[in-house]
Amino acid sequence: MIKKRFILNFPPDSGDKPLSYHLVKEYDIRINILKAEVFPGKRGSLLLELQGTAANIEKGIDYLVRHNVDCEPLEKRIRFQEERCIDCGNCVAVCFAGALTMGPPDWKLQFDKSQCVVCELCVTACPLKLFEINFQ
Amino acid sequence: MTTKTYDEINRKIKSGKAVILTAEEVSEMARNTSPEEIAEKVDVVTTATFGAMCSSGAIINFGHASPPIRMEKIRLNGVPAYEGLAAVDAYIGATACDPERPEYGGAHVIQELIEGREIELEAWGKGTDCYPRKYIKTKITKDSVNEIYLFNPRNAYQNYNVAVNTTKKLIHTYMGTLLPGLRNATYSTSGELSPLLNDPEMRTIGIGTRIFLGGTEGFVVWPGTQYNTSKPVNEFGIPVSNARTIAVIGNLKEMSPEFVQAAYFDRYGTSLFVGIGIPIPVLDADMARRVSVRNDQIETSVLDYGSPGAPKIGQVTYAELRSGQIQVSGRKVRTAPVASLSKARRIAELLKTALLEGRFEISQPVKMFPSENSLKSLVETDKPGKEMQP
Ligand code: SF4
Ligand code: SF4
Repeated sequence: MIKKRFILNFPPDSGDKPLSYHLVKEYDIRINILKAEVFPGKRGSLLLELQGTAANIEKGIDYLVRHNVDCEPLEKRIRFQEERCIDCGNCVAVCFAGALTMGPPDWKLQFDKSQCVVCELCVTACPLKLFEINFQ
Repeated sequence: MTTKTYDEINRKIKSGKAVILTAEEVSEMARNTSPEEIAEKVDVVTTATFGAMCSSGAIINFGHASPPIRMEKIRLNGVPAYEGLAAVDAYIGATACDPERPEYGGAHVIQELIEGREIELEAWGKGTDCYPRKYIKTKITKDSVNEIYLFNPRNAYQNYNVAVNTTKKLIHTYMGTLLPGLRNATYSTSGELSPLLNDPEMRTIGIGTRIFLGGTEGFVVWPGTQYNTSKPVNEFGIPVSNARTIAVIGNLKEMSPEFVQAAYFDRYGTSLFVGIGIPIPVLDADMARRVSVRNDQIETSVLDYGSPGAPKIGQVTYAELRSGQIQVSGRKVRTAPVASLSKARRIAELLKTALLEGRFEISQPVKMFPSENSLKSLVETDKPGKEMQP
């Protein structure tokens, strides 16, 4: 069993298809919705954590893609210019998910993208603007 | 009783015999070494900080064009620079910006100049008999101008408060983004490594002190603005809120982008991260005791930035702040720094190496700072009365 986060973008007309029902029922995937934004008549976006076997998660994602849902692993939607980071901590202060941390011994920024919940607070909190997160 | 002079220490530095430690190393050593022994063994302790210091800026002399212009309005990459200094002198402040483009400020212009990049200079004048030109638009670099030096009126605050927010609204400050309902706390000094916390009464830091500034040699030139000696101190002689400051100067042409970094704090404005290192001579046991101060002995005030007047709602040590969690009003609050300890450590190490290799000398201040000084507030003499209302 693994856990993996994906960002899903739905086309405007996909609102009433029971996609998540199929994921649960046919691929035995447990779903945790971490963030959802729906714009009536436009695209909808979801951050999902999928729990299941690696093979089933792959099949589940294939299934979603076949139904015109854009699916990308969360990490691919986060851009971070690590080489410019000065380890100031401003992003750590706002990251409640525990994705951005800093501490002894070296007090350098650690970024565990798999913990991110796409709150996007770090995007504005970083005084060097080193984060780019694409949810929509 | 050991006492050493600046000259004796410098002779040791030149002959490669001086013992140099960083302030963190000496604090560790002090756990089982007395101040007297430390004064005997250690000659200089290096301290450092790398944080956002809004009161920073650069003085530039552009050189005269032909025909010449008396610059009465100046823009550098669109950012206003102060023009009231003769014909072609200017001061570009870190927090200056074009209100249309608040995320790009003087700090960014300064950083790009240090990086060796070209900056667009645009200037206007009314035209005079000796300065007939009325307008110029050209490109400058740090090498094309005559002089360019950082002159920061207030840097390296001795201690700084912890920022929290007890209100229901998220707020944006120079201490970072403060979440509502006491959900985070930010702090900014490098604690036991911080320059002015290692010499709390400024026995060795004064006018003329040679320092590390932005990657090169710099100098302390004056007490920093808002220099304050009257803040309450704890049992270790440490002021428990922001107290003394320094004004510093250094040649921007020799600085490195590694130690000067422009910043934009969302919905606050621009600022400049500045790296400063100060070598502190261990003249005697008293100084040894000062530089041995540890994070659990340095306290600071917790202020509520969300409430008017930012009232104090707690007091904590740097050891607590560094643990990742403090107690405020009976609640556990997560902490994070807003200044770089890893960069400060790098500066302290670089300064230590320079002293060990005899490439840096310590200097005795030519004049010490005032031992007593407190702050005045700005009094509003013309409060809007009835007659001013529409
Ligand atoms: S968006 Fe940024 S602050 Fe929010 S959880 Fe992800 S990494 Fe943390
Ligand atoms: S706020 Fe930006 S510069 Fe500071 S530690 Fe985080 S990513 Fe690095």
